Amino acid sequence: MSRVNFLDSIKSGITLLGDGATGSYLQTKGLEPGGCPEYMCHTAPDVIKGMAKNYFENGSDFVLTNSFGGNSFMLEKYGHKDLIKTLNIKAAQLAKSEAKDNQFVIGSIGPTGEFLQPLGDISEEEMGEAFHQQISALLEGGVDGIIFETMTAIEEITLGIKTAKQITDKAVIGSMVFDKGPRGLFTMMGITPEKAVKDLINSGADVVASNCGNGSDIMLEVASELTKYSEKPVMIQSNAGIPEIIKGKIVYNEKPEFMVKNYNKMLDLGVSILGGCCGTNKLHIKEFRKMIDSNN
Amino acid sequence: MAIIHEGLSEEFKYVTKPNEQEHIGSMFDSSDLLMQQIAFNLIKGKNNDVYDLVKKALDEGYEANTVLDDGLIAGMAIVGVKFRDNVIFVPEVLISARAMKAGMEHIDPILSASGVEPIGTVIMGTVKGDLHDIGKNLCIMMLRGGGFTVHDLGVDTKPDEFIDAVLEHEATVVGMSALLTTTMPNMGVTIEAFEEAGLREEVKILVGGAPVTKNFADEMGADGYGSNAVECVQIAKDILGVNKG
Repeated sequence: MSRVNFLDSIKSGITLLGDGATGSYLQTKGLEPGGCPEYMCHTAPDVIKGMAKNYFENGSDFVLTNSFGGNSFMLEKYGHKDLIKTLNIKAAQLAKSEAKDNQFVIGSIGPTGEFLQPLGDISEEEMGEAFHQQISALLEGGVDGIIFETMTAIEEITLGIKTAKQITDKAVIGSMVFDKGPRGLFTMMGITPEKAVKDLINSGADVVASNCGNGSDIMLEVASELTKYSEKPVMIQSNAGIPEIIKGKIVYNEKPEFMVKNYNKMLDLGVSILGGCCGTNKLHIKEFRKMIDSNN
Repeated sequence: MAIIHEGLSEEFKYVTKPNEQEHIGSMFDSSDLLMQQIAFNLIKGKNNDVYDLVKKALDEGYEANTVLDDGLIAGMAIVGVKFRDNVIFVPEVLISARAMKAGMEHIDPILSASGVEPIGTVIMGTVKGDLHDIGKNLCIMMLRGGGFTVHDLGVDTKPDEFIDAVLEHEATVVGMSALLTTTMPNMGVTIEAFEEAGLREEVKILVGGAPVTKNFADEMGADGYGSNAVECVQIAKDILGVNKG
């Protein structure tokens, strides 16, 4: 079977399924609380490969690389700034080595943790350079696209998207995290879904998306807003609920069956790419796969 | 209530809950136009203007405490309400906090020299293993804006560091933050460390952070939980039995 490209798959309108959580998966495989997940590409490559395999085997069309915090600002805090290039290339290669035909790997880029000037101390050039470094390394490792995820500042994510678009023709996804407050849905920085859609598309995003922060009930509301305003494909990666601590253990309460109900409604709204964020595991992915297949 | 500054009375319209109208309104009871100008410019995040106006007030003979209470803290109270109610967001709060800091540059030295007691001393830090500090920093700004002395231990704060800081600064409140679900349990670990050190009864422990919930806080044995930086101030006051505005 010939290999299609990720961007064409998105454009074809077929429903695509991403992967489940990275952090909680890695914790079950030895990641210390608060440890540097990206560093595991270096210290535990088999675990990172195993994670990609785990999701592909359970039905993911694509997985995200273990590179969420792989920018210079975050890695510096962990003392691994010298490994930016290595860790991102490895993150891509390790996931890619498990991908079969028509299975894709998308390079994950999370927030820098810094505010751009004038709010913070970081200039556009500095942040753009950080994104450029990470994107280039992920591409060198062979990713099929780039996702900027869990973003709250529109200036930061659009800078990332523009930077990516200057380097590659591959798919670029912009994903923000919204909170439901007394006046509706906003990112922490005050961005509405409507504004997010407009600015993400203007900066060149091929897919507008939301991930994290919420269980699937509120993500359904986010999906409704994003699909209302976007002419580009919409992607949702919901948490499996809001984490609770039960007997000292972190528990995400949304079972696959519960999420499937909301995900089904999202497909009806026009969402075409689904995945899971914190607390979702292979069982969730398996159920999402079944649901998508029965819809297709 | 007497708000005579036009811009400020427009800002006060964002305060819609009757009890808050009364409480925040009373903060302006005895204030004059200059104090209200300071409050207004703080709300608008004009740090240069706040810096100049606070200087002017002190030069004209206002007490540092008056400028702090009637100007900066009163203004911050409205910022807090606007933030909680989604009228403004993190960027605007950070800018107001910067204005607060500009004003405090004149006030802090006077208060330190005069030995005026703060309403409470708080030790704040993001827990061990967690490098996220936006929420914690907002809380710190709000607490300082609320009249507390705050010692910031930064990110990745080990239990021992919290304990040492409490002893060093004779703090009565500890505030812990976590963004990662994986580091949240370190709040519980820190609370246990206070118990083991025989200091648990000496301090009130408050927790917060995006994934932290009231249930989680209760289960950990925390004394208080706030879902946002505004609540943080009120909870700290309630827990210390401070009724002052």
